[in-house]
Amino acid sequence: MKKLIRFFLVSALVSGIILYAISSLNQSEGYSSGNTLTIFNWGDYIDMDLVKQFEKETGIKIVYETFDSNEAMMTKIEQGGTSYDIAVPSEYMIDKMRQEDLLIPLNHNKLPNLQYIDDRFMDLPFDPDNKYSVPYFWGTVGITYNPTLLPNKEFKSWHDLWDPDLKNEIILIDGAREIIGMGLNSLGYSLNDTDPKHLAEAYNKLQKLTPNIKAIVGDENKLLMQNNEAAVAVLWSGDAADIMWENEDIDYVIPEEGSNLWFDNIVIPKTAKNVEAAHQFINFLLDPKIAAQNTEYVAYSTPNKEALKYMDPEMVQDERFYPSPELTDKLEVYENLGKKNLSIYNDLFLEFKMYRK
Amino acid sequence: MNNRKMRNLFMIPYALWIILFVVTPIILVAYYSFFDIEGYFSFANYKKFFTPVYLKMTLSSFWYAFLITFFSLIIAYPTALCLTRTKHKQLWLLLIIVPSWVNLLLKAYAFIGIFGKYGPPNQFLEWLGIGTKQILFTDFSFIFVSVYIFIPFMILPIFNALNELPSSLMDAATDLGASKWTTFKRVIFPLTIDGVKTGCQIVFIPALSLFMLTRLIAGNRVITLGTAIEQHFLVTQDWGMGATIAVFLIIFMFIIMILTGTRKRGV
Amino acid sequence: MVFNMERRTTPFAKIYLIAIFIILYAPIFFLIFYSFNSGGTMSHFKGFTLEWYRSLLDDKRLLIIVLNTFAIALISALIATIVGVFGALAIYSFKKRQTKNTVLSLNNILIVSPDVIMGASFLILFTIAGIHLGFMSVLLSHIAFSIPIVVLLVLPKLNEMQPSLIDAAKDLGATEWQVLTRVIFPYITPGIFAGFFMALTYSLDDFAVTFFVTGNGFSTLSVEIYSLARRGISLNINALSTVLFLFTMILIVIYYFLQQRSHVKTMGVRK
Repeated sequence: MKKLIRFFLVSALVSGIILYAISSLNQSEGYSSGNTLTIFNWGDYIDMDLVKQFEKETGIKIVYETFDSNEAMMTKIEQGGTSYDIAVPSEYMIDKMRQEDLLIPLNHNKLPNLQYIDDRFMDLPFDPDNKYSVPYFWGTVGITYNPTLLPNKEFKSWHDLWDPDLKNEIILIDGAREIIGMGLNSLGYSLNDTDPKHLAEAYNKLQKLTPNIKAIVGDENKLLMQNNEAAVAVLWSGDAADIMWENEDIDYVIPEEGSNLWFDNIVIPKTAKNVEAAHQFINFLLDPKIAAQNTEYVAYSTPNKEALKYMDPEMVQDERFYPSPELTDKLEVYENLGKKNLSIYNDLFLEFKMYRK
Repeated sequence: MNNRKMRNLFMIPYALWIILFVVTPIILVAYYSFFDIEGYFSFANYKKFFTPVYLKMTLSSFWYAFLITFFSLIIAYPTALCLTRTKHKQLWLLLIIVPSWVNLLLKAYAFIGIFGKYGPPNQFLEWLGIGTKQILFTDFSFIFVSVYIFIPFMILPIFNALNELPSSLMDAATDLGASKWTTFKRVIFPLTIDGVKTGCQIVFIPALSLFMLTRLIAGNRVITLGTAIEQHFLVTQDWGMGATIAVFLIIFMFIIMILTGTRKRGV
Repeated sequence: MVFNMERRTTPFAKIYLIAIFIILYAPIFFLIFYSFNSGGTMSHFKGFTLEWYRSLLDDKRLLIIVLNTFAIALISALIATIVGVFGALAIYSFKKRQTKNTVLSLNNILIVSPDVIMGASFLILFTIAGIHLGFMSVLLSHIAFSIPIVVLLVLPKLNEMQPSLIDAAKDLGATEWQVLTRVIFPYITPGIFAGFFMALTYSLDDFAVTFFVTGNGFSTLSVEIYSLARRGISLNINALSTVLFLFTMILIVIYYFLQQRSHVKTMGVRK
């Protein structure tokens, strides 16, 4: 009994010490002061030096939180509880949040740097006139492959994935829209298609792909491709860029039937407390030099046309990550299909995953 | 009796916890399960659960959970047994628990590296001349890693049970002429069955709702009820269907508890 | 009486244990190994570097997160253990088997619940109750999901305990309080410690529940690490884990040797 009590007392004491350390650290970092800006972003999706720079220039203290999925982020914002001033959802989520009245309209007068964004990426269906959001990073979905592991294999179209030689060689992203969309695209349909007949066709076609699939993973596909665990993967362009940085053999291609054009945009949720600072921060990020520095860190494609001038020309001229307008015209942005259709997509995808055995 | 008052006083925090954090969420979950994706009150979710897809998923979850529990048990029991015979038991026990404090995602990434094409096992196979095999994304790797994660949970209760056995019992059995195996079968194991049951409960039940590992190690080749719930809650935001599956999970849990419930008295 | 102190450890037992330890620690050593990798990933080892460790020194935010994680783990484990022990005592004291089993089943619901559901339902609870999301909500949630495991680890010990012990104590004139503190608690202490350490483990490992109920800048290590997944885990996390791991090991060894010395001093009665 004595041993118990002693143990508990020691633990309580240690906890007390840790708590004290936390509060004093928080104070020294200025987290308890008044003028704060709360940011909710993907993990490792900003150059933290820029955050510090912003704090120094404006005296505003930034509170930073991260999430790992759009839906998780939206659930948290919906529930209230925390007042995020800035969030960075993907485009389909912005559409949803817009419709559910979770966003504050942006005051473009406070965002003069908006002019530097490439017009191609403005006024898109998920947020007409960019009333609520500003593009942050964008990219495509395509095929990464390792030519040294697959000599004589070309990947020009989605159809090439169905090649029987590719048995157990392909990694797919764990995304219902991406995969069902891939099925639809390969049949020539739009990836926003909701026609049950077309969906059934796509599903059947996808089932035929099953023998070629090694795994359906989320973010780990980067790790796997880097390690040459698989020869082919369907990935987002941002991931592809990271992989190619580590493993120089790998190549990335956007299939010719078309594919998905995705965006991560910055929004101000309804529950924001410091709207003024939020605008300041957005404008700060839109500054071409700042955007250039951020892009060099994050390594995804920036929508900031002016920023391209300050970046490494090799990166900027790489058609794989900065495709020409002709190519981007062929790509589609996800539309919000509504809960019912989304549910159908997800059920199909779940069945597809289970089919594999 | 004034001790009853004291006892009730002590029970209050626990009772509070049950009401707030167990009963209320159950009610919430049950409530949500009756709403379909459009937000209308309906039994559609329950109907959906009884379709082949979900029934297959349930069976598959149970099967994997069973396998994981089984392997955890046959590896953990001898480990606990050997542990009780060492000198610094508590130290070794703690050392077995410590790896479980390292973040799960990190360990999964480590396993991706280890079981990968160029990891140590495959290099060993190469050296033997057998050639590399696909270890990742197989049932084997999934069960292996799951057992790895659950082992400390299985060892602890069994170790506690074993530790309390008076050695006089063992001596008595040997004196009466029993072999080591008989001693184990007739004396040791039955006396530790409570620990085994607890261990199985702590492993089997959560194994039904595994979703991280199915994603990372099994590459989504294995779909458990947990995966489906996560999908529904997060991706589709069909809280109704997710809640329905959760209701069934809870029902299954009750059934398992009843089946393996304690009925006896002490020795 | 302790089981088998006299029987020597058979060579088979030794080998088996060593094999288990090797397997248990293999991934850990893998992580430690790559924390020194100058290449950025956990695949090709390019060269030796300490840069990841150095980067830890600058990262104040990460330090706060680590401290948060420890504080939550320790405090929630402590409180969960206390509540859980009382809960186990309560279940033990129920005379009717039906009540026992019902409460026990209720107890186990949180163990079976997928984290997502727990997180979501707790979030709703906290929102309705108007509780500020942050340290408090995370702490309450961690206590909540750790209590069942404490109960599950303490209860078997209670059940094993022979009622004759209590009767004997009462016969000798012990009060209820003394029975509790001098007979019951010492007997179930292994269960209590087991419960405490399991609660610690649950808390340190948790991601989903914490993610849902946290807010206002409060973050734990798990949440940070999982959020990195989309972008890839950079090796400073490996470095951090190595540091934490070594720190824990040292603590354990020190604690253990302190214990040993105090036992020698008390001239070895019972452990």
